[in-house]
Amino acid sequence: MTDTVLIETRKLTKSFGGLLVLKGVDLQVHQGEAIAVIGPSGGGKSTFLRCLNLLETPDGGDVIFEGQKINQKGTDVDLYRQKMGMVFQHFNVFPHMTVQENVTLAPVLLKKKTPAEAQAQALNLLDRIGLLDKKDEYPRKLSGGQKQRLAIVRALAMEPDVMLFDEPTSALDPEMVGEVLSVIRALVKGGMTTVIVTHEMGFAREVSDRILFMADGVIVEQGTPAELLDHPRQQRTQDFLSKVL
Amino acid sequence: MTFSTVIQNIIKIMSKYWDVFLIKGVSVTMALAAITVFFGAIIGALLAIMKMSPLGILRAIVTAFVEVIRGTPLLLQLYIGYFIVPLMVPALEIGTFASIAVALVINSAAYVSEVIRSGIQAVDIGQTEAARSLGLSKGQTMTKVILPQAVKNILPALGNEFVTIIKETSLASTFFVGDLMTSYLTVKGQTYLAFESLIIVGVLYFVLTFVLSKLVGAYERRLKQSD
Repeated sequence: MTDTVLIETRKLTKSFGGLLVLKGVDLQVHQGEAIAVIGPSGGGKSTFLRCLNLLETPDGGDVIFEGQKINQKGTDVDLYRQKMGMVFQHFNVFPHMTVQENVTLAPVLLKKKTPAEAQAQALNLLDRIGLLDKKDEYPRKLSGGQKQRLAIVRALAMEPDVMLFDEPTSALDPEMVGEVLSVIRALVKGGMTTVIVTHEMGFAREVSDRILFMADGVIVEQGTPAELLDHPRQQRTQDFLSKVL
Repeated sequence: MTFSTVIQNIIKIMSKYWDVFLIKGVSVTMALAAITVFFGAIIGALLAIMKMSPLGILRAIVTAFVEVIRGTPLLLQLYIGYFIVPLMVPALEIGTFASIAVALVINSAAYVSEVIRSGIQAVDIGQTEAARSLGLSKGQTMTKVILPQAVKNILPALGNEFVTIIKETSLASTFFVGDLMTSYLTVKGQTYLAFESLIIVGVLYFVLTFVLSKLVGAYERRLKQSD
C-alpha cells in the first residue's frame, strides 16, 4: 500500500425515488489497498461501489479517480471504466461468447491489444484460474464458481488499476465460495487495489487492510480488521456484528 | 349437398384450377407475406431504436404511431393505403399490389417494433452493466453484447409474425391483388362452387401456416439449446 490516493469520494449522495441511499460518503482508497465494505442489506454498500465507476450516477458530491473528477459532464466515463474492473454478484458473463472470447472482447474492441496479444493474455489468465481447458466452451457449461472466476479474469484482461467486487460470492453454492475467494486473495496479495462488498466476514478479516461498516447510507465506522471486528466502538456496528459473527 | 359430392367437386375444381390456387394464389400470398415481414422488420427495427432513444419526442412519435396502428383495423389501413399511396407517389404509378404491400409493411412494422424492443429489453440488465464496466461504449455494448442475445428472442417471434401475416394477407383480396383468397373469389365466380373453393383455400392456408409454425418451433428449440 502506498500513500497515493487512487479513488476518492467527497460528500457522495444518491437517492432512488425519494429514498436517500447515500447520505454524503467520504472515502479515500489508496493504491494497493484492500478495502472490505460490510453492513446490512439496503445500507448503501452496493450503491456506493457502483457509484465509483458511475454505473450509478451520484446525485451530489465528487468521485475523483487518479486525480480527475469523473462525475461531470464532458468526461469520457468509458475511458476511466477501462481502468476500473468490476465483478458482479450474478457474474454477468457473456453467454453468447466462448470463455476465451469473454476475456478477449474488451481488450481487442477497445484497441488495448491486438487479437494475438489478447489471446495470449487470455490463455495465461485462464491458466492461472484453472479454466484453460474450458477456453472454447460456452459459459452455460460452467459452474457458478467457474463463471465468477471467468468474470474476474475478464475484468483483469483490461489491466485495471483497481478491482471492484460487488458481493462476488453471494450467489454461489457454499462449496464454490472458496475457489472464488482464493482468486481474489491472490489478486490482493499481488498488490491489486481492491474494494470488495462482502458478507464473508472471515475473508474480510483475512485479506483487507481496512474494513468499512456502512449502514443507513453512511460509513458508520472504519478501521483495521482487528479494530473493527474485535473492538467496534459504535453501537450500530456492535449490533450488526453480534448478528453475523 | 352430400360429403361425396363436395369431394367430387373439389377434385373437379382442382383438376381445372389447380394453377390458380397453387401457383398464382400461394405464390402471391407468400410473396406478400415475405415482403411485409422483410421490410416490416427493417422499419420495425428503426422504430424500436427510436422508441429506446433518450429523446422524448422520438419516443412519443413512435408510441403514437404504434398505438394508432394497433388500435385500428388492418382492413381500414389497407383501404387507406389503397387510396393514399398512389396519390402520394403519383409519378411512380404504383399499382394496387404495391399500395397494399406498403400498407401491410407499415402495419407489420408497428407490431415488429414491439417484438424487437421487448426482445432487446428481455436481455438481462447485468449484461449491459458488465459490458459498460469494461469500458465498452453504449454502441459497442448494443452491437457486441445485447443484440446477439436479443436476436434469439426476436427471430422466433418474427417467424410467428410471418405466420400471422400469411393469414392477414387474405384481407388484401378485397382489392384483388391475386393472393390465395383472391383465387377463391376468382374460382367461385367461374364455378359457383363457393363452399368447395373455400375448403381448398382453407386447407392451403392451414398447410402453409402449420408447416411454418412447426419450422419456427423447431428453430426456437434449437436456439434454446445453445443458451
